[in-house]
Amino acid sequence: MTSLTALALLPLLGALFIGIIPSAKVDLIKKFALGTTVVVAMYAIYMATQFKSSNVALQFVEKHEWIPAFGINYSVGVNGIALVLIVMSVILTPIVVLAGWHESEGGRWSAKVFYVLILVLETMMIGVFAATDIFLFYVIFEAMLIPVYFLIGGYGSGERAAAAVKFLIYSLFGGLLMLASIIGIYVNSNKLGVKSFDITVISELHNYISPMTQNLLFLGFFIAFAIKAPLWPLHTWLPDAAKAGTPGTSVLLLGVLDKVGTFGMINFCIALFPEASKTFTPVIITISVISILYGAFLAIGARDLKRLIAYTSISHFGFITMGIFAMTSQGLSGATLYMFNHGFSTAALFIVGGWMIARRGSSTIADFGGLQRITPVMAWMFFLAGMSSLALPGLSSFVSEFLVLVGTYTRYPVAAIIATFGIVLAALYILIPVQKALHGPTTPGNESLKDLNLREKIAIAPVMAAIVAFGIYPSPLLNIINPATAQVIESAGFTDPAPTENVGK
Amino acid sequence: MQFTSPVLDYALLAPMLIILGGAIIGVLIEAFLSSVYRLQAQLFISVMAIITSLLSLVLVRDRLSVTAAMKTITFDGAGVLLQGSILIIALLSIFLIADQTNFTAAAATVPGSAQEREAVQAQSRTTEVFPLTLFAVAGMMLFTVATDLITLFVALEVLSLPLYLMAGLARNRRLASQEAALKYFLLGAFASAFFIFGASFIYGYSSSLTYSGIQAAVVGGAGNDVFLLLGMALISVGLLFKIGAFPFHAWTPDVYQGSPTAITAFMAAATKVAAFGAILRLFYVVFANAEWEWKPAAVVIAIATMVFGSLVAITQRDVKRMLAYSSIAHAGFLLSGVIALNKAGLDASIFYLLSYGIATVGAFAIVTIIRDSSGEVTDLNRWSGLGKRSPVVASTFAFFLLAFAGIPLTSGFIGKFSIFSAAYESGSLAILIAGVLSSAIAAFFYIRVIVLMFFKDPVEDGTSVVLPSALTTIAITIAAVVTLVLGVFPAPVLNFIESTATFIR
Repeated sequence: MTSLTALALLPLLGALFIGIIPSAKVDLIKKFALGTTVVVAMYAIYMATQFKSSNVALQFVEKHEWIPAFGINYSVGVNGIALVLIVMSVILTPIVVLAGWHESEGGRWSAKVFYVLILVLETMMIGVFAATDIFLFYVIFEAMLIPVYFLIGGYGSGERAAAAVKFLIYSLFGGLLMLASIIGIYVNSNKLGVKSFDITVISELHNYISPMTQNLLFLGFFIAFAIKAPLWPLHTWLPDAAKAGTPGTSVLLLGVLDKVGTFGMINFCIALFPEASKTFTPVIITISVISILYGAFLAIGARDLKRLIAYTSISHFGFITMGIFAMTSQGLSGATLYMFNHGFSTAALFIVGGWMIARRGSSTIADFGGLQRITPVMAWMFFLAGMSSLALPGLSSFVSEFLVLVGTYTRYPVAAIIATFGIVLAALYILIPVQKALHGPTTPGNESLKDLNLREKIAIAPVMAAIVAFGIYPSPLLNIINPATAQVIESAGFTDPAPTENVGK
Repeated sequence: MQFTSPVLDYALLAPMLIILGGAIIGVLIEAFLSSVYRLQAQLFISVMAIITSLLSLVLVRDRLSVTAAMKTITFDGAGVLLQGSILIIALLSIFLIADQTNFTAAAATVPGSAQEREAVQAQSRTTEVFPLTLFAVAGMMLFTVATDLITLFVALEVLSLPLYLMAGLARNRRLASQEAALKYFLLGAFASAFFIFGASFIYGYSSSLTYSGIQAAVVGGAGNDVFLLLGMALISVGLLFKIGAFPFHAWTPDVYQGSPTAITAFMAAATKVAAFGAILRLFYVVFANAEWEWKPAAVVIAIATMVFGSLVAITQRDVKRMLAYSSIAHAGFLLSGVIALNKAGLDASIFYLLSYGIATVGAFAIVTIIRDSSGEVTDLNRWSGLGKRSPVVASTFAFFLLAFAGIPLTSGFIGKFSIFSAAYESGSLAILIAGVLSSAIAAFFYIRVIVLMFFKDPVEDGTSVVLPSALTTIAITIAAVVTLVLGVFPAPVLNFIESTATFIR
């Protein structure tokens, strides 16, 4: 049985069960949450094996009437892109639960509330990638802000309330712009003769509306996604939120939620408004390149470990967006693969970084030092995570970064060349903290730090395995992604530029 | 002169007559029943009157008539829906009013006088508030179906006069309450004067006071347009005053703050339905053909109202004042439904009025149960940490705020979506953009309250949540459930409104 609805409802069911476990039984709650997320992950992987990658149509489709007065349906289905992102999300969730076993303690509310929020969030993460009705997508897109808001504000550290509010206000602002566009789609869908929010129906709309309307509708979506992703200059909420949140929350925030932004760019911006996408591409590519470099420079200057990871992500999201709007199948495949890989490499950085911070009681990079000698396993893990972030060949991010650059070069060589400097800067922003935190003399206060325990090793193992395995052998993912991205490019009316130099001659 | 005896269709008038009958019985109870039984008797009569009225409304819901009372009242689908909404809101409000601890012991005594102390010691009750409420409800119901300017004016006074009195009945801060009553009365009297002045211009223009006569004159276009413009403007002033639209909003914050909270809930919710009912009928039926004369001004007022309400609400430190400014912003949103001037706009307005009204009653109901030893606590700073002490109450309040902010899965979102899409459908892009942007501003202050309740530590000053009376609990529960259901499964209600809501001319 393969049903996206069942998959999405599983975590919610788990949340309901946790709701009836007494708050005092913290251990039972944690185990139950872990069990639920593991079951969800296994179910999703099983579904992925049932996915027919040769078939470019949406799969696992379900459709029910929801609000017929507005032509709104509950309709879900996945293509290769959405499937990969769902699988990534549901694999990361149990890892987050296991890695951050004690994260729920010391929050404003009980551990029970924490895991209910996490599981509700997981339901919405699945739903947001699976939704094929624009209205349904919007509802989940907005509703998922609420659990994240409470996760950051209730269980984070430092200026958590302020960071949570900043996150929510930015996201709501973007969401409301998107709402304006959705209303625009709804009203203009009259021209199609049907009231519908179905994404395949609406993908015809661009043939019926004026370029000006299309541009406005596109901007409403794009700004919302650019805030979510986030791109320069709309990124300022991310470092605060990532720093304030628990490491687990930050993994879900950067690893999954921000991907909704880049996923939306593919699934809504390009698929619904291809001409407008083309119009804005030069601007977007420029913004992406700025994000790549700006994020990298900020990361080099960062003194705080969590902010550093957030800044590297801004740089990475620049790469992803550039790959998407290069409008080549290679660039788009690279960007999609990048989303998947970035999920794991950011998770590795945040999880290991979170352990380091929890042990040291400080997130300032300068407070670490000599960890390689004191806690070798943890140090190696951090090192490997860092290497994945700077896209070392042999690790998964290398493949995606390479594809993005190649895909961009065929259409925007200048942008691709400038973006390549991002790789050089990446080496700096990773190697400097690696050197400061792991090597050199032991900073006073670090002598008695403990190395990873068994639980932590089990939690990080699958992440590292994914980073290495998909670095060496990315084909299983690309086999799922490539047909979908080719289809997006084709149905939007783009063709890959032909090679200009013929080497064989 | 030939007098014809009036022909009345009592079945159609029954819903209003029942309420008036209930009110008169209430007056008799005040006069003759021992004060020991008054509260129970009044409560029983009021609830029975409202429920019977609602049932009789259901019985006649399909009967359309313009001649029920000599062409001064028109019964149609929209009228039934609006009257039903008013009755539902009134029922919930009566449940709040039943908690008499909010009301002064004796309204006629001077605050702080010996007589007042005596009345308090004698545990006098202000049970006359029940018949007053019923009179106001009857006026409101008439207001939505009146199709004659004199009848409309009578209805306006019948609904307003009891409200002026009820505003002055607060138990605590009685001077503020009396000030509110006086302010409301004086400004309301001005508004009535404007209204009647406008009606006389319209009579001069069309030599008719019935809607059909005025409409015929507008369509014919033979009259002096200056009179029409002046008449429309002055009548609008009177009606815009009632809904608290900018720049006729000045009374709203003071009256909302000074009145007993149960009364604030009633007038915030029910008066809005009634006043918008009258505005919708007037502009959809009578002045529809003069669209080009009033629409530009209405657009300006709507935008100014939503922006002003949202901006000023940010600075408020008192929960009732904040909700007052928020209601001004919502008046602006609702005006977009008037401007839409299409069927979708009518449906959306009715849905919005019902869902907003119910959420408003719920929100104010929660304000009534946050108290310290001297009464309700409305200073927002003292709400800090409410989420810690009473998570259920704080969460419910947060839920209502999210509904006001228009977050998906609440009724407020469906309302906002439908009303803005109706406005945009009619070609008003400015309304859509202004509406979305002021929603973003408004989200800020709703979230601020949520931050206060959940992310701030409690203040130790004796603020606490009293155990609400059973009826208050019922009111809050119903309001919360309706707000959720209308947000998640709005289809039945939307369909019913869509198939029922019509104005007959």
